[in-house]
Amino acid sequence: MSTVTRVDPAGPAGSTRSLSQRRPLGDRSFQILALACGLLVLVILVLIAVTTSQQASSWFSAEGFKIFTNNWSPGANQFGALAFIYGTAITAVIAIIMSVPVSVGIALLLTEVVPHRWARPIVYVVDLLAVVPSVVWGLWGILVFAPWLQKIYTDIAGGVNGVPVLGPLFGQPVSGASFFTAGIILAFMITPIVTSLSREVIATVPAIDKEGAYALGATRWEMIRGAVWPHSQGGVVGAVLLGLGRAMGETIAVALVIGSSPEITSHLFAPGYNLPAGIANLFGEASGEFRAALMGMGVLLFVLTIIINVVARGIVERNARRKRGA
Amino acid sequence: MAAVSTEPQQVDLREPAGWRRTKNRIATWLMVLSFVLVIIPLGFVLVSVIAKGASSINWSFLTGGPVPSVVAPAGVGGLGPAVLGTIEITALATVMAVPLGVLGAIYLNEYGGRNWLAALIGFMSDVMTGVPSIIMGLFIFTIWVLHFGLSGLAGAFALGCLMLPIVIRSSYEMLRLVPNALREGSYALGATKARVTVTVVLPAAIGGIVSGVLLAIARAAGETAPLLFCIGAAETTNSNVFSGANTALPLQIFSNASQPYTGAAQRGWGAALTLIAICFILMIAARLVTARFARYSR
Repeated sequence: MSTVTRVDPAGPAGSTRSLSQRRPLGDRSFQILALACGLLVLVILVLIAVTTSQQASSWFSAEGFKIFTNNWSPGANQFGALAFIYGTAITAVIAIIMSVPVSVGIALLLTEVVPHRWARPIVYVVDLLAVVPSVVWGLWGILVFAPWLQKIYTDIAGGVNGVPVLGPLFGQPVSGASFFTAGIILAFMITPIVTSLSREVIATVPAIDKEGAYALGATRWEMIRGAVWPHSQGGVVGAVLLGLGRAMGETIAVALVIGSSPEITSHLFAPGYNLPAGIANLFGEASGEFRAALMGMGVLLFVLTIIINVVARGIVERNARRKRGA
Repeated sequence: MAAVSTEPQQVDLREPAGWRRTKNRIATWLMVLSFVLVIIPLGFVLVSVIAKGASSINWSFLTGGPVPSVVAPAGVGGLGPAVLGTIEITALATVMAVPLGVLGAIYLNEYGGRNWLAALIGFMSDVMTGVPSIIMGLFIFTIWVLHFGLSGLAGAFALGCLMLPIVIRSSYEMLRLVPNALREGSYALGATKARVTVTVVLPAAIGGIVSGVLLAIARAAGETAPLLFCIGAAETTNSNVFSGANTALPLQIFSNASQPYTGAAQRGWGAALTLIAICFILMIAARLVTARFARYSR
């Protein structure tokens, strides 16, 4: 019986060391260095979770499940964060509702309608939205956009006054800074990412399916509904979820335009707060228990966005793999 | 004998008439409309920033100091400390994140292959791009600022955490495009794997990697949230990035934007124009590098 050992034929006679053991030290250390850098990502993510939770532990242990109540009064050491969570959800949902149809529309325009040489400039223009820094959106939002929106809000509120459902949703604005303004600004900011991911997904639809639909006499719209949509549905859902994650974590623009008032109200034109904006605006003056509470809100936000991102990436990857396999 | 028609069948190639055609037209116009809906806010922002910011931009605004308080009227002092701070902090973050990110990407593509660890790292670095930037600020505040105090270095750590996954992702995509024949050719000449990677694979992908890095820098330079708790608020120039409070353009925009004074608004617009100009220049540079140097593209 003999075990197979790979012996270097060019090595000195009698050498029994295998090839892999004979790699130069530099080669092996480079591999280890590269591995360490790869692992750094995992290390940072774990460290974020551990260290911020430690800082927030006193909030979690002092309040228990009361962190999910709407009892926010830092003066009385009461830190129920429900209003912030509510604001995060509301603004992100408004952003998604406004951004997704537009993003999918642009993605379809790029992949199915315009000639190839026009697609590139359109992509550049959409990507410019992502290059404008968050804080510039915020500055423009609070100094230009919100005062302009306030007039529109007042008109809408006057129009729907007393109408069931719409009345309580769109009441008289206090100022231009509100949930709705924050949602609109977020929609601008997440449109580039949702567009580019949807476009990637839609681009994987096999040409033969599309040609088949055309051959059956379908119009372009019928082809999109019959051939493109069934193929890319799942991936677009993933893209939308990633957009949702972005909208929930976007900080500075929202901190400037949301109105900074921790309240739960159905009234979308009212000022509110969300998790990241609350942390950004209040952290500077906080200490002790207050700081622990804000840290804990950061942990909540981290966990939420990690879950959403893992699910979304999972959907996108599974979709891509299925496409490759088919 | 049955009559066989030999003349070719006429196929109607015109667009189908009626409701089907109308629906198709509506759908196409809606797609064009969605693009228009994106141009409007973008144009609106750019026009506002240029119109309101251009008047306050001058040499002493960009390089002078100290940073005036928010109640000061326009034209007092300058944002020199913030411009310098932004350059220092972003440069330091780049120096930290780029080598680590490129090496991480090398592990994923050259060494990891299809094993589970590489798959996990690749997946988690994608997830990490979705972690809100303010979390990076809280993280660095916890592990660094609480022990060593506010400094430009802490801000650079936070921005570096933000850039790392972006650099990994873009470099990985570029390394993947390098044809295997190049690697095999150098192995055949007896080169070790490290040597092949550094002297053959990296140079082949460098155009795309640089372009990805420039985009990551543009993203980091505009970020406010990670710096908020890390670098403090200095009013004078702090050229020592490793210790002492510092300041940056995005922070100046943020503090001026939240104030009702006209002088503050004026400075905010000026700083916003400067910041947008920096980000756009980086993005255009990235496009030029891609067009000029990228040998392999998707």
